[in-house]
Amino acid sequence: MTGSPTAEPASRLRARGLRLAYGDDVVVDGLDLDLPDGAVTAVVGPNGCGKSTLLRALGRLLKPRAGEVLLDGRRIDRIPTREVARIIGVLPQSPVAPDGLTVADLVMRGRHPHQNWFRQWSPADQQIVTEALEWTDMRDLAHRPVEALSGGQRQRAWISMAVAQGTEVLLLDEPTTYLDLSHQIDVLDLVSRLHRERDRTIVMVLHDLNLAARYADHVVAMRGGRIVAQGTPAEVFTVDLLADVFNLAALVVPDPATGTPLVVPLPRT
Amino acid sequence: MNPTGPSALVQPPGRRVLHIGPMTGTLAVRSVAVGVAGLALTAAIVVHSIGHGSFTIAPGDVVSTLLGGGTAAQKLIVLDLRLPRILTALLVGAALAVSGALTQTFARNPLASPDVLGVTHGASLGAVAVIVLGGGAAIGAVPLAALAGGLITATLVYLLAWRQGVDGFRLVLVGIGIGEVVTAGVSWFLVRAEIVDAARATIWLNGSVAGADWSQVRPLSLGLAVLLPLAVATSFTLQALQFDDDVSKSLGVRLQAARLAVVLTAVALAAGAVAAAGPIEFVAFVVPQIALRLCGGSRPPLIVSAILGALLVSAADLAARLVLPDRELPVGLVTAMVGAPYLLWLLIRTNRRVSA
Repeated sequence: MTGSPTAEPASRLRARGLRLAYGDDVVVDGLDLDLPDGAVTAVVGPNGCGKSTLLRALGRLLKPRAGEVLLDGRRIDRIPTREVARIIGVLPQSPVAPDGLTVADLVMRGRHPHQNWFRQWSPADQQIVTEALEWTDMRDLAHRPVEALSGGQRQRAWISMAVAQGTEVLLLDEPTTYLDLSHQIDVLDLVSRLHRERDRTIVMVLHDLNLAARYADHVVAMRGGRIVAQGTPAEVFTVDLLADVFNLAALVVPDPATGTPLVVPLPRT
Repeated sequence: MNPTGPSALVQPPGRRVLHIGPMTGTLAVRSVAVGVAGLALTAAIVVHSIGHGSFTIAPGDVVSTLLGGGTAAQKLIVLDLRLPRILTALLVGAALAVSGALTQTFARNPLASPDVLGVTHGASLGAVAVIVLGGGAAIGAVPLAALAGGLITATLVYLLAWRQGVDGFRLVLVGIGIGEVVTAGVSWFLVRAEIVDAARATIWLNGSVAGADWSQVRPLSLGLAVLLPLAVATSFTLQALQFDDDVSKSLGVRLQAARLAVVLTAVALAAGAVAAAGPIEFVAFVVPQIALRLCGGSRPPLIVSAILGALLVSAADLAARLVLPDRELPVGLVTAMVGAPYLLWLLIRTNRRVSA
C-alpha cells in the first residue's frame, strides 16, 4: 500500500510534518496530508489513532506542536480566524448549544463570520438562512429549541448551520455518533448532497467502514498517529489492510447495493 | 404563500430587524416590553423612595424638585440627601446585574456570578483590612481598598487559571478556590479586630447604600458610562461565545481575546459596584436569570438585566427602610432574602432536568 494518492488533485487544505499533542501525550507525529478538493474524504482508524485530533488541527481548533496546516499555501494560524471561518466550517463531535436557543437562532449563528458589529443582520443573511433551513428540511422545526430535538434532527440542525456558514470546506467529526442506522444514512445522504449539489469539500471522521466505503471518494486510514494508507475505498479496504490497521480478520466483498467494498468481519475462533 | 416573496423568509424568532443608518441588527420585541415596564416600575420606586423618610415629601413635590422646582428645604433633602443614595442603588444594581449576565454567558453556567471571578471576596478583604488596620480614620479609603482588592484578586484568579489560554470551567473552579482563601483572610481580620471595627466591617460586608453621597455617585456613574456601552458592544461576540469552545472558534471568534474582554468588563463592573456599596448579595446572580426568563432566548439580555438590577436594588433599599419602623436593614440582607429561595428553586429545577 502506497502513501500517495492515485492522481495529483488540487488541494486547498494540506498538512506538512504535523505533530499534535495533548499535554505530553503525542497523538500524531510527522503527518503529511493533501485533502483533495471537491471530494468527500473519510478518515478511518481504530479508537485513539488520532483521527479526531487531526481533524481539529485541520480546522485550526488545535495548535500543532510542529509542522503546519496550510490553507491555499498559507499557514492557517497566520490567517485571521474570521477569514478561516469563511472558508472552513467545523462540526465537532457533540457540539453544545445553549439552552433556549431555537433552530433558527442556531442556523443564523452560522452567518457570524460574515457579519460585523455594524452589520449584524442583512437581507442576504436572511435569504441564506432560509435556504439552509429548507435545504436540510428543518424549516418546520425552525422555532423549536435545539434541546427539544431528537438526535437525528439535532445533527441536521447543526449541518444546517454549517450550510448557512457557506464554507467551501466542511470538517465533520463523527457526524453519525449516537444515531440509529436510518438516521446515520439520513445525515450521510445530506452530507453527500452537500458535496454534489454545492460542490463542497468534505472531510469526515467515520467509525463505520462500510458507510465510509459507500460515501467517500477518498479514504485516509490511520493507525498510531500515522497515515498507513489512502486512496479510493477499493484501494484502501483490503483484507491485508484490515488485518494490519484494525487487527480484524474480515472478508471484503462488493456491496450488493452500491458495488463499493463491504467489510464482513469473520467470527473469531 | 409566495415562495419567493419576503414572507417566505424565516425571520429571527421574536425579533425585529432594525436599520439605523449603515447599521443593521435585530431587536427582541419582548425585551423592549420588559425593559419599558421595568423602567416605569423603577421610576415609581425612585419617586416613592425619595419621598420616604423622617421628613415625608409627596410624589408630586419629588418630581417637581427633581425637575428643578421645589422649595429650598425640599431641594436640600431631595437633591443632596436622598438622591445620591437612590442613584447609588440604581447604578450598583445595574452594574452587578450586567456583570452577572456577562459572567453567566461566558462561563455558560446560570449559577455563575462575578463572585466566582474572585472580585467580591477580594473587595471584601481589601475593605475589611483597611477598616480593621486603619480604624475609623481610614473609612474614606474603604471604597478604594475594595476596588483594589477586587481587581487584584480577579487578576490573580485569571493568571492562575491560565494554561495556554483560559478555559471557562477552570476559571470558575480557580475562582471558587481563591474565594475561599480570601474569605478566610476576611475572617482572620474580623477575629483580631477591635469590637467597634469588627462591627463596622460587618455592616460593610452586608452591603449598604445608606451613607452614599455625591462623592460616590460621581466615580460610579463615570465608570458605568464607559463600561455599560462596552458590555453591550461585546454582545455581538457573546452570540458566538455561548457555544462550546470548538464551535465558537470555528465561527471565527478569537477565543482568548474575546473572553478576556468579557471578563475584564464583568470584573470592572462588579468591582466598582462593590467598592461603592459593599457586596450586595445575589443581585448579579439572580437578576440575569429573571431577565432571561422574562424575555426568553438563550442568554441573559444585557440592557434588560441592567434595568431589572437597578429596580431590584432600589426596591430592596426601600424595603430595607420600610420593614422596621425605627431602624433600617442593610440592603444586602433584603436581596439575600429574595435571592436565597430563588437559588434553591433554581437548583431543584436544574436537578430535575438533569435527572429527568
